[in-house]
Amino acid sequence: MLKKLRVIISLLFFIPITFYFLDFRGVLPQQFHWLAKIQLVPALLSLNLIILLVIVGITLFFGRIYCSSVCPLGIFQDIVLWVSKHFNKKKKFKFSSAKNFLRWSVLGISIITFFLGFSFLTGFFDPYSIYGRMATHLFKPVYMEGNNLLAGIFNAAGFHSLYKVQIFMLSISTFLIAMAMMLIIGYLAWKNGRLYCNTICPVGTVLGFLSKYSLFKIRFDQEQCNSCGLCSMKCKSSCIDAKNKSIDYSRCVDCFNCIEACNRNGLKFSPNFSTQRKKVENESAMNIDENKRRFMSTLAVSSLAVAALPQEGIKIKNFHRVKRETPISPPGSKSAENLMSACTSCHLCVSKCPSQIIRPSLLEYGLGGIMQPILSFEKGFCNYDCTVCTEVCPSGALMNLTKEEKHKNQMGQVHFIMEDCIVYKDGTSCGACSEHCPTQAVSMVPYKNELTIPQTDTGICVGCGACEYACPAFPNKAIYVEGLKVHQQATIKKEKTNQKINVEDFGF
Amino acid sequence: MDRRDFLKMLALSGAAFTIKQSKAMSLLTQRFSGKEINENYDLVAVLGGTPVEMFRKGIAEFGGMGNFVKKGYKVVVKPNIGWDKTPEYAATTNPELVAEIIRQCFRAGAKEVTVFDHTCDDWRKCYASSGIEAAAKAAGAKVLPADLESYYEAISLPRAKSLKSAKVHKAILESDVWINVPILKNHGGAKMTISMKNHMGIVWDRGFFHSHDLQQCIADICTMSKPAILNVVDAYRIMKTNGPRGKSEADVVLAKGLFMSQDIVAVDTAATNFFNQVRAMPLESVGHLAKAQELKVGTTNLNQLKIKRIKM
Repeated sequence: MLKKLRVIISLLFFIPITFYFLDFRGVLPQQFHWLAKIQLVPALLSLNLIILLVIVGITLFFGRIYCSSVCPLGIFQDIVLWVSKHFNKKKKFKFSSAKNFLRWSVLGISIITFFLGFSFLTGFFDPYSIYGRMATHLFKPVYMEGNNLLAGIFNAAGFHSLYKVQIFMLSISTFLIAMAMMLIIGYLAWKNGRLYCNTICPVGTVLGFLSKYSLFKIRFDQEQCNSCGLCSMKCKSSCIDAKNKSIDYSRCVDCFNCIEACNRNGLKFSPNFSTQRKKVENESAMNIDENKRRFMSTLAVSSLAVAALPQEGIKIKNFHRVKRETPISPPGSKSAENLMSACTSCHLCVSKCPSQIIRPSLLEYGLGGIMQPILSFEKGFCNYDCTVCTEVCPSGALMNLTKEEKHKNQMGQVHFIMEDCIVYKDGTSCGACSEHCPTQAVSMVPYKNELTIPQTDTGICVGCGACEYACPAFPNKAIYVEGLKVHQQATIKKEKTNQKINVEDFGF
Repeated sequence: MDRRDFLKMLALSGAAFTIKQSKAMSLLTQRFSGKEINENYDLVAVLGGTPVEMFRKGIAEFGGMGNFVKKGYKVVVKPNIGWDKTPEYAATTNPELVAEIIRQCFRAGAKEVTVFDHTCDDWRKCYASSGIEAAAKAAGAKVLPADLESYYEAISLPRAKSLKSAKVHKAILESDVWINVPILKNHGGAKMTISMKNHMGIVWDRGFFHSHDLQQCIADICTMSKPAILNVVDAYRIMKTNGPRGKSEADVVLAKGLFMSQDIVAVDTAATNFFNQVRAMPLESVGHLAKAQELKVGTTNLNQLKIKRIKM
């Protein structure tokens, strides 16, 4: 019963959030971004206290329910496991001891490096973000390819409700990371169940720690249980020691498979049994002491190591063949630094950007910013009126901007190189940059003969990149956007009031 | 390579060549030489009404839509939907005008009417914001995307000077006739964007135009063997400054005009003269007009033409 409930709830979270990542047509309303906002790490980074209190509260009441129903990566592993059971019907788990040193080390390193401004690892290990990257870089292209196939058939039959979309690789490195993560975590899930959650995942470590003290737990009924070990064989967290009738609650994800498996009703999900409590607590208290010591030493060593890294020295310049010296961080990020202080690279913005211009960075932000969103104007530009990325960001790395606020937000400034401009080089008309410019920060002014040439006004430029995208000059673009370390306010010029012009005549 | 292989290849490539040739031939046979259709006027200009009223008056002077669209025709109506802007900003063709043209096509017996544009902003946003998608669908037209290269097919332009070939949207190539419905706007690079410049929304590679003498390429694409059967210039709201995208409503003038002709150069010349009353725009500065006349696409000499002027 409990297990069925768990499966239903988990699918109610998992299917919509997965589809939300894939859904390039906007079938699901934008508001579904709440599914990302209830994830622990994004809630923590955006200091969403209500969500945090709810998650901590639920954990203190019932244990790691979160890991089994809300966390998309957890449910993904459950699905892999479920599939694996169809291939290996005799699959058995067995109790293993906790890898506490590893768990606490990963957690410690993620936290320390994060506070030192090196947020890459935080996002790298965050389960929601791992899943987000898998969905964006692996599942979404497949979904789009499927859409294109269907659209091809539909269009040929004369129906045009479906349309084809362009599919391209947003970032090879991130694709490889997402692929490797999926294969590794998938393999571990296939073989060993929730191994990632209980040895690496920092969220699992924290919630596991809390769930030791939860009110409701799965408990052995000493009289009913005959230590047959069926529960232990079904435990995908390998946390049930049937021989000693004890459970490592720091690893139990409340999947309830054990309760289902037991023939004798020997396990119950229930509040305190005073007799057992002591024993378990003593045990865990011992563990903690030992772990704490290791944890503290790891903390000290790794913080020293990271502090020793030269902050500027790790940036590698000109890795990409871009003229840009400063990368352009997405709207609402305020600055690259601010972005890196909250972004976990879940790539929801990457997936949701209608113009597909938000991409994972490589080294533009430095080593600590690998995979974090960066704007690329190679295949498009930032739509002047669009605020989607700022709305969907769950971690507060991109502040929500209204349309009016975004019109004033300057994320970069236009740079014009006349020597590369077609009007200058070829003496022919162009104006592609200016025609795309929403603010006329690039305007065409009289040049030789009847020609016009671009003139820029960086004060009113928003850095949308439309000019850069449109510029047909070869091999160097004659116009491009240089990023700003800190976003600025673009001035908005008061338009002259519209003097009424009456046109009475044909003029020919 | 032995002889057999060589011959096979020769045969294959020969066969491939004939396919291309025959396609071009079929296009040639569909060509209209304009003048035969309307005996009355070469150009109709209407002032002072709503877009729908003006179009109804204008098309009546040409003897009705039935003169252009025959029973069972596949028709393309090609407005300017280039920007993610609402109609008040005059960046895109008036949606009511587009809808009226579609309705008249169907009334004349069209089997199918298709609307598309290769937009500059995200096409889904342009189609929605401009109001054209909704209006066209309500009028019964099919609205197609144009954002992927696979929708286009190469045609050669033997009369062209710079643009020797171009990839044109298949909807145009597969239609029986197409109607060009631009909006009258100032353009930072080309000076004006009207009927001729509207062709940049039927081609795939706009960048080539810009980098290979924009004015010449605009004239060149108009030499295509399947010109629009009718050009309808929407000058109800016109964009005076900061075109073709525009910044604010301060760029817009409510001019309440409409110009129609089969001669694309003539209609753009007339529209430029009309625009000249709002903001100085000498014909010589709009380079593609003279270049198109040189390519014998049409004439800039309005005095040679029979023009009907209507004030409402």
